[in-house]
Amino acid sequence: MPVVNQSRGQVIKVIFAAVFLLIAGQLINLQLFSAKYKLAADNNAIFRKIIYPDRGIIFDRKRKAILENINSYDLVVIPSEAKGVDTVALCNLINIDTIEYKKRMREIIFKTGNVRIGVFEALLTNEMYARLNENIYKFPGFSLTERSVRNYPYSVAGHVLGYIAEVDTAFLRKHRDEGYQMGDYAGYTGLERSYEKVLMGQRGVKNFIRDNKSRIQGSYENGIYDTAAVAGKNIHLSIDVDLQKLGEQLMNNKVGSIVAIDPKTGGILCMVSAPTYDPNYLTGNQRKKHFADLFLDPRKPFNNRGLGTYYSPGSTFKTVVGIVGLTEGVINERTLVTCPGFFTGCGTGKPKCLDKGTFQFKEAVAHSDNSYFSTVFKRTLDQPKYLTADSALSVFNSYASTFGLGHKLGVDLPAEQKGILPVSSYYRKIFGPRWYSCNIISNAIGQGEVNTTLVQLANVMAIIANKGWYYTPHVVDSIEGGDEYKMLDAFKVKHFTDKRIPDSIYDAVQDGMQAVVDYGTAVRSKINDIVVCGKTGTVQNSAKINGKMVPQQDHSFFGAFAPRNNPKIAIAVICENAGQGAWAAAPIASLLIEKFLKDSIRGQDRQAMLEEFLKKNLIPQRYRLEMAKRDSLKQIKEAQLLLQQKISKEATDSVENDEQEPELKPAPAPAKNQPMPKRKTDLAAAIPVEEKKYRKFTNS
Amino acid sequence: MNNRNNISQGVDWTIVWLYAILVSIGIVCIFMVEFKTDANWVQTFLGGKTNYSKQLIFAGACALIATFILLTDSKLFTALANLLYAFGILLMLATFVLGKNINGSKSWIPIGGGFNLQAAELCKIFTALALAKFLSRQETDFSKLRSQLIAGAIAVLPALLSILQHELGLALVYSAFLIAMYREGLPAQILIFGSSFAVLVIATLVLDSNLLAIILTALAGGLLLLLRKQVKKSKKLLILIIGTWLFCVGTQRFVVPYIFNNVLECYQSTRIYSMVGREYDCSKNKKSERKSGEKAARKPDDYNVRQSKIAIGSGGLKGKGFLKGTQTRGKYVPEQHTDFIFTSLGEAFGFVGCFVFLCIYLFLLFRIVKIAERQRSTFSRVYAYSVASIIFFHIAVNVSMTIGLFPIVGIPLPLISYGGSSLLTFTVLIFILLRLDADRQMVLR
Repeated sequence: MPVVNQSRGQVIKVIFAAVFLLIAGQLINLQLFSAKYKLAADNNAIFRKIIYPDRGIIFDRKRKAILENINSYDLVVIPSEAKGVDTVALCNLINIDTIEYKKRMREIIFKTGNVRIGVFEALLTNEMYARLNENIYKFPGFSLTERSVRNYPYSVAGHVLGYIAEVDTAFLRKHRDEGYQMGDYAGYTGLERSYEKVLMGQRGVKNFIRDNKSRIQGSYENGIYDTAAVAGKNIHLSIDVDLQKLGEQLMNNKVGSIVAIDPKTGGILCMVSAPTYDPNYLTGNQRKKHFADLFLDPRKPFNNRGLGTYYSPGSTFKTVVGIVGLTEGVINERTLVTCPGFFTGCGTGKPKCLDKGTFQFKEAVAHSDNSYFSTVFKRTLDQPKYLTADSALSVFNSYASTFGLGHKLGVDLPAEQKGILPVSSYYRKIFGPRWYSCNIISNAIGQGEVNTTLVQLANVMAIIANKGWYYTPHVVDSIEGGDEYKMLDAFKVKHFTDKRIPDSIYDAVQDGMQAVVDYGTAVRSKINDIVVCGKTGTVQNSAKINGKMVPQQDHSFFGAFAPRNNPKIAIAVICENAGQGAWAAAPIASLLIEKFLKDSIRGQDRQAMLEEFLKKNLIPQRYRLEMAKRDSLKQIKEAQLLLQQKISKEATDSVENDEQEPELKPAPAPAKNQPMPKRKTDLAAAIPVEEKKYRKFTNS
Repeated sequence: MNNRNNISQGVDWTIVWLYAILVSIGIVCIFMVEFKTDANWVQTFLGGKTNYSKQLIFAGACALIATFILLTDSKLFTALANLLYAFGILLMLATFVLGKNINGSKSWIPIGGGFNLQAAELCKIFTALALAKFLSRQETDFSKLRSQLIAGAIAVLPALLSILQHELGLALVYSAFLIAMYREGLPAQILIFGSSFAVLVIATLVLDSNLLAIILTALAGGLLLLLRKQVKKSKKLLILIIGTWLFCVGTQRFVVPYIFNNVLECYQSTRIYSMVGREYDCSKNKKSERKSGEKAARKPDDYNVRQSKIAIGSGGLKGKGFLKGTQTRGKYVPEQHTDFIFTSLGEAFGFVGCFVFLCIYLFLLFRIVKIAERQRSTFSRVYAYSVASIIFFHIAVNVSMTIGLFPIVGIPLPLISYGGSSLLTFTVLIFILLRLDADRQMVLR
């Protein structure tokens, strides 16, 4: 009978072979035709560690490093190894309590797991580092690691230089294909942001093998796939750090901005936005607290008022109106206009003028005569050759546009605004299709719907200094090792104003502007051995307080360039709510001009002026009130906290809760009020009351 | 040959060599899994603390036992077969009392010195012997149903005990005896019926139940249409077709869902479903419902299979090289030194390595079949086929599960996987076979 079934032995062999063939088939499928498993294996086991290069150093025009790197230390921990740590001793060293210790440990375990390194305390202070370094052997699982941190040796130009911060999900979504990942730092504001690509350098990659718990097991293939990190490129700015510093000191306890440009290159010499902040505030381990303080300050110190805030240009705009009028031939240098105290052309009695009399062009500029420029503006718009006010306005705007107004200049800093040159369609909506020049006469004196940024005004000054051309204002002069991304090409293109404007017209305007400083509105700011051409501006404005528009003290404006024959600096200054242009902005500008051209402030009078403005507190009243409110709230809170602590310590002691009178002195920085962006209130403030009325009228 | 001692007389050295090669490959594989760059491997090999070192010790012990077996008399096995089977069953029953819980199954008996013995493993040998003994009895006529049922019972009894110990994998192994029985004359219809049933079950899992019902009905209808003349002649055929149809639809509609929802554990159902690329909804599972009162059921996933496939798949044609497997070094595959040992081989040596390895196995199996066919006594032949079947079943299931062809059941790769019980079982299985083969001229009963 075994013989009967012998063939079944063969069948069994066939079954064996068939199953093995099936297995071999699946192996072929897996190992030879499925690339995804290789990929999945690499994703599993290869840990690509990114090696961060040092960010590029930023130098000013005199090759002083104003933004560099220093080493700082983090206290890191591997939770699974941190067993039997004397927590109380450790907490004492880094000034936290044991509850906080446990909380942090939990967070680290949640974030990075039990067996990997997590940051326990970032950016230790020098003192903490010294204490910890001596004792670190007592704390198993804890160690100190070095890292590079941005440092601002001069503590200036926070707005220009900007800061870096850890990337968030929104940033990652926006820069999806640029290789950022959680935990990376990237430039968030200022140059750190706009030159991120250059400053960042090239990240290197090291490949490691990791295990199923993400522990590093060693280098992958002895590092043949690794790439080295390339340090970020250094960049050189046109900023003069000494000028910047003086500008920030002068703007201390004021709200406003300064922009100075080298007219020959378009390089920005200084850009101050007040109130400013010490950029080093945002690098240490107190960064979060400082950031919150600054963010909640009612004066909005994070706004760069140099290019992100709209201001009515005020009388400084008269220079542009004058140039257009002269070019269009509606006036010449000898045209006389009389002002009896107000502009007579429209019969509304507006705008008023301060000094009565009859002026020709030069004197009108020197004394900033409203009637004269209202006349020029009205004549320009009323020219019969343009048939309608619409087309006349567009001609005016096309002139103004070549002066860099009404559009972004293209400054190499983030958050630049474009300004407003109102167009006829806008007025048609308000005044109907038959609007005419008198409707918008306040534009003549820079009070209407025209809005500019300060950098645009400084650029207008540079254009007048150059007699009709400019380079786009910019901060970065050169990049070490070449401009790989062609970021500076735009700053090498010379822009010209309207070709119809002859040099003689610029001469006439310069004559007027020289007269402004020599004997006109800004005579107090005259510098003996420097021919300064300038133009003051006094801008009416109002602000919304408790929902009502309340007229505020005028903004003080001044635009200037010097020396007249070989202009080296063009400057625009605004000091918010500081009164007439000659009171605050003009002296500050003149001090900066002297500092830049002569390297120091000379003479007793000038020194006295310097002292005066260094000390002067011109913080607008509404900010003072808000800050006082904030400070008193803070004090109450602190007092209450103190009280509670004392009560809990010694129950017998009765401590009075001494509420302090709200001080009117401004605090150096922080606050807790009004988290509304400042720019908007400024915008509202800059639109004159007149226009508001019109708006109301049309709405009802 | 006279000066040769008695042991080597008639021993099939090819099998011995294959055995040695496979055990060595096993130790190397375990070494690859456990290897750490910073450790001195000579020291760890001799230290006895690492698994590869332990496996080396097991191998040494097994060599001793193998020698002992070769020194015994073949008649001993025929004589003791039934006794040993009884002992094995007792041992398995004892686990319910003495059993130690390892990885959720209570099938281990602690034997001191930190070693544990898995009774079900050893029981395979005894079952093989008992089956051989039963089929080789002169009064046994295997063409009779009664004998077939008794033979089946011999294999099913330890399988049932294994299921009770939650060792589904080991229980499945006993189905390997079907192959041996088939050789001895078990009707082929049973195998055909069995595989058809398997196809039906898989179809139930893969296809939508309504669609499958329609297909089955269509098949039955089509068959009736084709055979309408024959059906008219014989009522039996009609009843057969309709009966088969009813059985199929019933299985597909009620039996399979019932088994998955009420008999199998949630994780088992999930594993089987993940085989065919579907998700099993554990909320339907009665057993998990009962458990959910105690603790929230952990959501099982196909992590093991995925990692195992990644490790093998990333090996490519030639593999990453000895000790260069990133997945192996990173310990991504769970249980890699035992049930998933094949992955380390697949990753390090790629398709070429796997193919060569499988060829060695196939050669071993064919060799055993060849040995089986040259036996004069039925006892030896049945035993040899049992050994071949058991080894084959282990290889097929183990390798298939690592490459995603079979649900994950915990059965080791013969002679390769780490584990003393497993190595000992296969050593004993093979060397008893060699002993019997050495005496192939004798007729054993």
